[in-house]
Amino acid sequence: MIDQDLNNVEPLVYESKIGVPYYWWAGDTATRFLEAIRDKGELWGTRCPECGKVFVPPRKSCPRCFGQQTSWEKVGPGGTVVTYTVARKKREAIPEDVPVVFALIRLDGADTAMLHKIGGVDPDKVSTGMRVKPRFAEERKGHIRDIECFIPD
Amino acid sequence: MGNKRVAIVGTGQTFHKSHRPDVNGQELINEAVAAALKDAELTMDDIDGIVIGNMDHFEGINYVDCWSVDGSGGFMRPIIKLTTGGTTGSTLAIGGYHMVASGMFEKVLIIGWEKNSESDTTGAITTAFDPIWDRLVFAGAIAGLAAEGQAYMHKYGITDKDAARVSVRDRRHAVNNPHAQLRKEITVEEVLASPMLSDPIHLLDVCPRTDGACAVIMASEDVAEKICPVPDWIIGCANRHTYNYVGDCNLGNIDSMRCASAELWEKTGIKEPRKELDVIELYQPYSFAGILWIEALGVAEPGKGSRYIWDGNTDMGGELPINPSGGVIACNPIGATGLIRCAEVALQIQGKADARQVPDVNLGLSTGFGGCFWTDLILHSKQKPE
Repeated sequence: MIDQDLNNVEPLVYESKIGVPYYWWAGDTATRFLEAIRDKGELWGTRCPECGKVFVPPRKSCPRCFGQQTSWEKVGPGGTVVTYTVARKKREAIPEDVPVVFALIRLDGADTAMLHKIGGVDPDKVSTGMRVKPRFAEERKGHIRDIECFIPD
Repeated sequence: MGNKRVAIVGTGQTFHKSHRPDVNGQELINEAVAAALKDAELTMDDIDGIVIGNMDHFEGINYVDCWSVDGSGGFMRPIIKLTTGGTTGSTLAIGGYHMVASGMFEKVLIIGWEKNSESDTTGAITTAFDPIWDRLVFAGAIAGLAAEGQAYMHKYGITDKDAARVSVRDRRHAVNNPHAQLRKEITVEEVLASPMLSDPIHLLDVCPRTDGACAVIMASEDVAEKICPVPDWIIGCANRHTYNYVGDCNLGNIDSMRCASAELWEKTGIKEPRKELDVIELYQPYSFAGILWIEALGVAEPGKGSRYIWDGNTDMGGELPINPSGGVIACNPIGATGLIRCAEVALQIQGKADARQVPDVNLGLSTGFGGCFWTDLILHSKQKPE
């Protein structure tokens, strides 16, 4: 922000009043993934028929070889921590109490990792390669937070 | 190759600062444009096409091609806007190169600019990430870089002290560059003692936020040598984008740069980049990249980048000086940053880099880097290509 060096003048600041609300359609593919979590507590990815890679989050077409007809394949629920970070500072975008552990988790059967949180463990005990499984929320709404977090398996 | 050979015949930059409350965006752009025209001894009437770009959302002005005409000189001229995130500046250069190489434009003005002081950089960058999958828990630029740095440290056993040496180099070089924002030397100890932002990245390992603009004029072979005694010939470009979702990334391996550089060396006949290149302006937003990415370019062997740097090879006077300008760690007006790398190599080829001049530069590389580990490369030569 324009601030510190302006010691000699008091800038007139007009706060922008423009609000630009956005709405994002998840689309059929993401919706099916989220509904499977909500209704059955299951995790599904998509397999490319050409290169054989399984993507989570699911893709309608293959981002690697551009194969168009991906098919659904059940993955997990267990997975492996690929990498993680510990957020220790409370920020606007973090609704949880800190510290909170964000991680990339490669679900069993998937070739790519999905982003989520790790809970139920001291953040300092989390490690790369750690085995984890999802803990589902009791009340589920079709949101990615229907998985509360992943916990040690 | 296109129909026409292409050279840079003029460059201009602002004196970049953390914030420029004395000018608006159009006026900032105009400073760089006027400087580039003066450098090439041309006027706006000589220009037959303009390419301009900056980061989406950074200033909250979305039709920059239109809004900027008062400063860019674009009134009643053909203008295209390009924006590709961190690579915007280098993409602008590649876009301008394509326009001139096509033979459809003879003299193109290329402008990159940013007023980072006018918004929340991390908030704006976060809008680049997928709103359904990534944005809820992944934000800004630094997290992905920290993951890359960690992966490399784990693989090769380097430490944050090794990375700090890269910051020390760039900040020392920046003292020679009047256009750089941060022109004060730092020590390894100061880097390590600076606040940890995202492990292993300390405050002094990473780029600042800067207000600044850069303009470059490219001309075709039909006029380049008439405009300029030593044109900076562009002899090849390569670029690659990789993943979309963060979980797809091959952390610690910048596949885009490895692939783009392999293409560039192959098509320009470069066998040993370490020996053949005379200078690199690397879009290096944090210190660890100064080690990892020279390995991806084939300048150092895998795992040997840190040793190469400690031995002084990339310092001024070394085998292959990197970032004589001070680079991105000393100055980062993001939409201009990639174009500044290109302009700085042009100055090196032309012998106009003053206190930061590397002696006898015949071949130089400028690069661009963007948020999801993508890469632009531009190879510059003093010799007119065959």
